[in-house]
Amino acid sequence: MSSPAPAGDGEIVVSAHDLSRSFGDFVAVDRVSFEVTRGEIFGFLGSNGAGKTTTIRMLCGLLAPTSGSGTVAGYDIATQADRVKTRIGYMSQRFSLYADLTVDENLRFWGGAYGLWGDRLHRRREWAVEAAGLEQRRHSLVRDLPGGFRQRLALGSALLHEPPVVFLDEPTGGVDPEARRRFWDLIDDLVEAGTTVFVTTHSMDEAERCHRVALMHAGELLALDTVPALKDVFPKDCVLEVGCPRAADAMERLEEVAGVEDVSLFGDRLHVVVDRPDRIGDVETELDTGGFTPFEVRAVTPSLEDVFIKVIRDADAGEGT
Amino acid sequence: MIRRVLAVTVKELLQLKRDWRTLIALLGMPVVMLLIYGFALSFDVQDIRLAVVDRSRTAESRELIQAFLQSGYFIRVASLDDTRELDGLLDSGRAQAALVIDAGLAADVAARRPTSIQLVLDGSDSQTASTILGYARQIVAATAPELLDVELEPPVAAAPVVWYNPNLESSIFLVPGLVAFILMITSVIATALAVVREKERGTMESLRATPLRAFELLIGKTLPYLLVGSVAAAGSLGLAWLLFDVPIRGSILWLAVLTVLFLAGGLGWGVLISTLADTQQVAFQMGLLSSMLPTLLLSGFVFPISSMPAALQVISHIVPARYFIASLREVMLKGVGPEVWWNDALALIVFGVVVMGLATVRTVRSL
Repeated sequence: MSSPAPAGDGEIVVSAHDLSRSFGDFVAVDRVSFEVTRGEIFGFLGSNGAGKTTTIRMLCGLLAPTSGSGTVAGYDIATQADRVKTRIGYMSQRFSLYADLTVDENLRFWGGAYGLWGDRLHRRREWAVEAAGLEQRRHSLVRDLPGGFRQRLALGSALLHEPPVVFLDEPTGGVDPEARRRFWDLIDDLVEAGTTVFVTTHSMDEAERCHRVALMHAGELLALDTVPALKDVFPKDCVLEVGCPRAADAMERLEEVAGVEDVSLFGDRLHVVVDRPDRIGDVETELDTGGFTPFEVRAVTPSLEDVFIKVIRDADAGEGT
Repeated sequence: MIRRVLAVTVKELLQLKRDWRTLIALLGMPVVMLLIYGFALSFDVQDIRLAVVDRSRTAESRELIQAFLQSGYFIRVASLDDTRELDGLLDSGRAQAALVIDAGLAADVAARRPTSIQLVLDGSDSQTASTILGYARQIVAATAPELLDVELEPPVAAAPVVWYNPNLESSIFLVPGLVAFILMITSVIATALAVVREKERGTMESLRATPLRAFELLIGKTLPYLLVGSVAAAGSLGLAWLLFDVPIRGSILWLAVLTVLFLAGGLGWGVLISTLADTQQVAFQMGLLSSMLPTLLLSGFVFPISSMPAALQVISHIVPARYFIASLREVMLKGVGPEVWWNDALALIVFGVVVMGLATVRTVRSL
């Protein structure tokens, strides 16, 4: 997957300034600041509980910030929540369609909830049916649709009123890779048409398709940049991919090698982060003597996950001192 | 705004149409409950099993016994010569009451002396016993002049005339309360479940991200249930009129107005519950308890409010069924207009406005 260059025409559509939200003593979102420009796919990457959903809910006017401020489509999220809601589409983590209504009935309802009627409602319903690929099934009950169709329909119904910004909270959970690809093709179409897409995910693959990615951990925004720029936290050729027998055992051994900063398991391979490219020889030697003779050791482009792990580790180390 | 409300209403109706089990429950339950309660819940006492001990055996005593039997309330289960066997009959329940006439009755009557007869009652069910006593007093009072064979002209005669329900049939008294009871339960539970369902399924979160306002959502969601509730109310009242001969003397229009006001309060209560409950199960239980108990106990449906302890009388003022039942009786049984029951209608309006307002505030805040 390629990482498109930063898009957008510079007009700021979403901004957050020291946005925070606490629930009792628990700080779910801690002084988060960022700006999203028009036509951008802005990815919010983090594990569950990192504060992604809380941030999105504040931006959508569903949850008041404890402190800090933000604007969406020119409206203040704290004082103009009603206005914000007319200018956004929101696809929550939870299923947002009525399973006991048909495709068309759902679209009519959501269109009505956005205040659409007459010709415009008709036109937008047709668009959503087409975008979801449901021309033949517009009178099927949503409960009978496969997951991928449901998700595209949910996206379509959040876009009936043609909002300039759409917030997608982990939109592709639980669907197969093909359905996920089609969903993202739809997002690319939207962005081409000038819509700004704000998407949370914990899938690295999806994050790679974003123009810019914010890494969120324990309520804090740890890094924010384009995908290639994020990967530049590593010096060139300092992430090695190792294929060797008993990778889990080899991990412990490699961690002791001088110059190895981090080892993590990626499927059946190891990613070894070293401080200099010439450490590759040391790694091979160590594995050989340990009885883990590698069948492959090569420098690779770091994945976002490598970046994510490093950023979190650096942040935790920073807090420790 | 109206379009958004309408969108919600249409959606809710479609869902209701597809959920035929709920629809049948909403429309059928009132009918079933009316039948069960209507036939089972009655304070009328009929076919009282009477044992007769006639020691007099005269024309006068026979006339008195006949008066009891012909009243239609009593049937004779035993004729005894003395009172020794009475214990057994009353203990076993074979007789509910015994009429004991002393040997001196005829002589007393002939001599125009005050005399007495004895009525022995099974008092284990005090309600029934006092009803029987009432019947017996009436019969004796009516028969005494005939025994004397004179037209007595007492200086002051109390001539009771019961208006609106001349036979004092309890069904006529109970049915308006029953209608209120049934409507309250169904309207509260139906709306509470309808709103909580959105929370449970997660659609509430998406609804809140639309320009749909809380009160638009709530109005849109309650309108279909107002409609269904009105149909159920009309059905219950019609059935009561057909089966229990409950008169509808007043205007149907006023009946409809009061019913809609009452339903609106019930629906509002349901919405309020939905903001407190997170699952349909909890909502159902809260809805059932909070609608059934006050409506059954504190509304004047079964137990007259005037005979309640003072504290309960105060509490009964916040039970909407109290006002609905009172005004329903006025309209159905007396046929009077709003000049009589306007304050009940006003109380229903106040209740509806307050709970709907609270529900809206809670919905805005809690979701």
